[in-house]
Amino acid sequence: MFNYTFQWKQALARLPQMLDGALVTMQIALLSMAIGILLAIVLTMFRLSGIRVLSAIARTWVEIARNTPALFQIYMAHFGLGSFGIYLSPFASILLGITFNNAGYLTENFRGALKAIPDTQARAARSLGFPQAGAFRYVVLPQMLRIAFLPMTNQMVWAILMTSLGVTVGMNSDLYGVTQDLNALTFRTFELFALAAVIFYVITKAITLGARLIAARLFRY
Amino acid sequence: MIEIENVRKSFGTLEVLKGIDLTVQKGEVVTVIGGSGSGKSTLLTCINGLEPIDSGRILVDGTEVHAKATDLNRLRRKIGIVFQQFNAFPHLTVLENVMLAQVKVLKRPKAEAEAEAVKQLNHVGLGDKLAVYPSRLSGGQQQRMAIARALAMSPGYMLFDEVTSALDPQLVGEVLDTLRMLAREGMTMICVTHEMKFAREVSDRVAFFHKGVMAEIAPPDHLFGAPRDPELQKFLSATH
Ligand SMILES: Nc1ncnc2c1ncn2[C@@H]1O[C@H](COP(=O)(O)OP(=O)(O)OP(=O)(O)O)[C@@H](O)[C@H]1O
Ligand SMILES: [Mg+2]
Repeated sequence: MFNYTFQWKQALARLPQMLDGALVTMQIALLSMAIGILLAIVLTMFRLSGIRVLSAIARTWVEIARNTPALFQIYMAHFGLGSFGIYLSPFASILLGITFNNAGYLTENFRGALKAIPDTQARAARSLGFPQAGAFRYVVLPQMLRIAFLPMTNQMVWAILMTSLGVTVGMNSDLYGVTQDLNALTFRTFELFALAAVIFYVITKAITLGARLIAARLFRY
Repeated sequence: MIEIENVRKSFGTLEVLKGIDLTVQKGEVVTVIGGSGSGKSTLLTCINGLEPIDSGRILVDGTEVHAKATDLNRLRRKIGIVFQQFNAFPHLTVLENVMLAQVKVLKRPKAEAEAEAVKQLNHVGLGDKLAVYPSRLSGGQQQRMAIARALAMSPGYMLFDEVTSALDPQLVGEVLDTLRMLAREGMTMICVTHEMKFAREVSDRVAFFHKGVMAEIAPPDHLFGAPRDPELQKFLSATH
């Protein structure tokens, strides 16, 4: 019947390897967020530019990112590009896929945030002699990032969790990949994945709490 | 000098300015009064090029505002404008609000910009609020900060669009006092206002707008004492 004996010691012995994996996971998530935020700012400016081609690019990006599975996006980054002779490493593929997803979601978040900023803010900046780009950068953008801060935190959590999809493109150095390899080696399936789940949980909680601290420091107004 | 020559402007089919002519000399204070929708705000936003015009022209110190070759960003440094809505930048302190454009637009060194900001904020009576965020200011204080922010750019002209209309009655006085002070100091100003007493006191000339037309313009004594335009007579008896 139920004859699985827990052997936590065996799993715990692998903890250092798993923590190494966790570092890689955080690295992917952080990089994909940093690049994703920059891309989302660019896509937001595309949207606001009034230039049709640019806003079409931004719209298409957002549509695909939000309406297709993240798994598909990561697959495309690896096998899709591979069909065109562009072979990315598993690390680059997962990074590209998650970054694409982040940028799409964040652009949509930024759009919502912009709605909360009255037009009179940009108008006041223009009246002081700021060109359009300067008004955006110094007056609109900081307010937008503040309003979108919570959704950005959520996206960061998502980015962490999405790294687990890396195994589908052969990624084995991140937390999930490491865990899967260890499982194949030791068959301590429940213990290992339970441990991995706890590590994921601790990371995402730390992000949420950390973000709150950062917000309190950054946004004193 | 601001020269407005036969300016016409429509929003869609609605003609909002129907051939406005007005010259404002250096040092002059012109107030603009008139009913809602008569085109007063539109005229101000045309002067600093925030709105395009359909025909006619506007010259500021001889530069045609709406000419293609005109660098509007450069021109706007000369023209301070304060709006009815409070336009404080909420993410910056009072001091930073007044420094931002000095540093980023005029490229003034930080120390110089800060000194100028402090000077202007003292001038409008906000010297004790430098480190405060605008959300902590009253409406009247926010408007005075907006005035300081515009003045810190060392503009040649100031445009005021009903800067007291969104204020609680008890806060109107402090803002009008600031405007009076500027007028006394010789600032060239165009003030759109509903405050008739104020208009009478500070203006060299008062212009009455009605349905996109400048129906009358005269020194305050004449305009208020002996209004000729029938619509102006109606307007004045309604506001008294
Ligand atoms: N951006 C715009 N698009 C369309 N119509 C506009 C726009 N701005 C102003 N209008 C219209 O133009 C007319 C003149 O507006 P304007 O704001 O210049 O009037 P005003 O004299 O300042 O009135 P108020 O005393 O109410 O501020 C109004 O009928 C207004 O609805
Ligand atoms: Mg108006």
